[in-house]
Amino acid sequence: MQSRNSRIGLILFTIYLIVYGGFVFLNAFAPDQMEATPIAGLNIAVLYGFGLIIGAILLSGLYGFLCREKSSPTSQEPRA
Amino acid sequence: MIHELSWKAVIFFSIFVGFTLGLSFWLGRKAKSSEGFFAAHGQIPWFVNGIAFAGDYLSAASFLGICGMIAFYGYDGFLYSIGYLAGWIVALFVIAEPMKRLGRFTFADALDSKFNSPGIKLAAGISTLAVSIFYLIPQMVGAGVLVQPLLALPHWAGVVLVGTVVILIVVTAGMVSTTWVQFLKGTLLVFFSAILTWMILQKGFKVETGGNDGYKFRTLTVTADDLTNDDGSLGSLNNVDVLPTPEGWDKTKQSYVHLRDRQTKRTTVFHVVKPATEGDPMTLTEAQTVTKLADGGRLINGLPKGIGPDQAVLHPIGYLKSLPDGKTETGPVSPIEFFSILQQSEVVLWRNEKILHADKTETTVYYQKITPGSQVLRPGENPIFKGIRSEKFSDKINFLSLMLALFCGTASLPHILIRYYTVKDESSARRSTIVGIASIGFFYVLTLYLGLGAMTSGALDLSDDNMAAPLLAKSMNTWLFAAISAIAFTTVLGTVSGLILASAGAVAHDLLGSAFGVQMNDDEKVRVAKISSVVVGAIAIVLGILFKDMNVSFLVGWAFSVAASANLPSLVMILFWPRVTRQGIITAIVVGMVSSLGWILLSAEAFEKVYGLDLLKTPAIVPFSQPGIVTIPLGFLTLVVVSLMTQQRQKSRMAANGHE
Repeated sequence: MQSRNSRIGLILFTIYLIVYGGFVFLNAFAPDQMEATPIAGLNIAVLYGFGLIIGAILLSGLYGFLCREKSSPTSQEPRA
Repeated sequence: MIHELSWKAVIFFSIFVGFTLGLSFWLGRKAKSSEGFFAAHGQIPWFVNGIAFAGDYLSAASFLGICGMIAFYGYDGFLYSIGYLAGWIVALFVIAEPMKRLGRFTFADALDSKFNSPGIKLAAGISTLAVSIFYLIPQMVGAGVLVQPLLALPHWAGVVLVGTVVILIVVTAGMVSTTWVQFLKGTLLVFFSAILTWMILQKGFKVETGGNDGYKFRTLTVTADDLTNDDGSLGSLNNVDVLPTPEGWDKTKQSYVHLRDRQTKRTTVFHVVKPATEGDPMTLTEAQTVTKLADGGRLINGLPKGIGPDQAVLHPIGYLKSLPDGKTETGPVSPIEFFSILQQSEVVLWRNEKILHADKTETTVYYQKITPGSQVLRPGENPIFKGIRSEKFSDKINFLSLMLALFCGTASLPHILIRYYTVKDESSARRSTIVGIASIGFFYVLTLYLGLGAMTSGALDLSDDNMAAPLLAKSMNTWLFAAISAIAFTTVLGTVSGLILASAGAVAHDLLGSAFGVQMNDDEKVRVAKISSVVVGAIAIVLGILFKDMNVSFLVGWAFSVAASANLPSLVMILFWPRVTRQGIITAIVVGMVSSLGWILLSAEAFEKVYGLDLLKTPAIVPFSQPGIVTIPLGFLTLVVVSLMTQQRQKSRMAANGHE
């Protein structure tokens, strides 16, 4: 179970790393792109920034959901 | 600005401190063993632990620093919010569960779980102390800064007050009381920030010409001829003389005009905004000045500082010059409208410039900079982040390096890592991290509203950006101000107690207990840890007083860089690479710590802010200030190379120890 959890963790980590990396590189090498306002008068800087924070909360919730069936070290019960 | 003693704040603060100390003493009766002192018996419920993560992590830098930075420069401070939160993804997905599985009291336990090596404990213990002390200094200085305006106490008294309370909290019940203080603080901080955000949205935006003291800043339209005639009129002003440029002011980057009223004999400085095409009338906007006298006194706008007649204080600032469609007021706005309206408005931001006079006095002139909302909501306006708009590649690398250090630093901070030992098992460790991410993430979303709300609150103090959030609260309601100020204090208490506990664990458990092999029974170990807490607390008090006049907020950034460079390579590699050796870990910690620290001490930031050198005369030695992008990979590389070189010895040693 440990390896299953850590595999899920690494996959989600990689997804987040790519999205975060995208934000950082966009800021560093195309800062003018952050000023575009595609949705509801909000610019990319605000949308992407909020997206990263809310995305982190959602991904962590997803991880907790996917790992839920893991047994605690002391529990010997078979899983359904 | 002069802050009066706020009795409401004193009352709130006394209630918080009294309650916290009472709780500590009550809990202290139960936490006698080292298991209790360092890890709260592993009995903290995961939800409480999760909120305590928020209380541990959201330091004064997060609350006061980020809000202040957004209030004065716009979006940039939010980049810290994003980076600080992203670090938790590393903590949850990579570190949390193994950390709980492998360790007992400190993160050195986890690193050392395979080897039982005093060397690893020594290296990890020293790195814990270094990181924690870096982190402690800005917290303690922040405590002193907060105390001055709120309780009307001198700086040192604030530092001693906070230091003493924290030492008492830690010594009475160690991790048990620390956890509950952090839980309390995390809850209050998130809750009150949410209320404040709601009030900002209800208030909406309004066009103003000055801050909330009612003073209207003047704007004049004049021609070049107006400045040279002496008929006493200038634009819409009558009875003024244009003074010759005073000594020192001839070397400024911006240009200014000094006007003296013929009746009151008072002089006002105006900032000259050059017209787009030459020959057009120019605009003069009223500026404010603070002059530091040789005897330590202050002149504000040319008058002695004070609230009496013939005295002056800085006028508060923070207002919109225009709203979209020529409106003057919006009424309540939705969380999305808040940004879309601001995007199309114009904000009056203030910038400053320092002028050195021949008689050693120094004048800071604050001038208006009318900024489109679209620029306020984009990154790259603050000096720290302006590198992203620079053509120089090294400036861009500096930004990448900072964002990397924030990403990697969180999961390497010792005072965060010890919180994995206060819950009962791995699944609790995971769940509490998820609760932590949710509450910290929610708070960081609010920081952008709080900061921009402060920017348009009319309550900002030009000379102190750390006070943006409390002053925003004051502009809403004085009770709210008292509550927010008291929470800012508890913010310092919560984080400092976590740091002192992490340091005490490093001294008693890692250094004395393991590295130097001092034999201690359980009682002695707790006693040593308590003595270490007092000593570390005392050191923190002294450093907090010594560093008083230094801008220390960047030390938090240093702590992240050192933590990430020294600790993260070993933490990650021991989990994912079976060939890691004892020597590999020790060298990686030492190399990561020394290289990141060395880089920082040779950087432009340290040259300028710590040694006070002129960068034009003595250029920095390293090409950019943030070390992370070089020293984190260096730590990994060192670990891999040294581990590969020491494979053989590792095997024979493991065999000798009876391992496979």
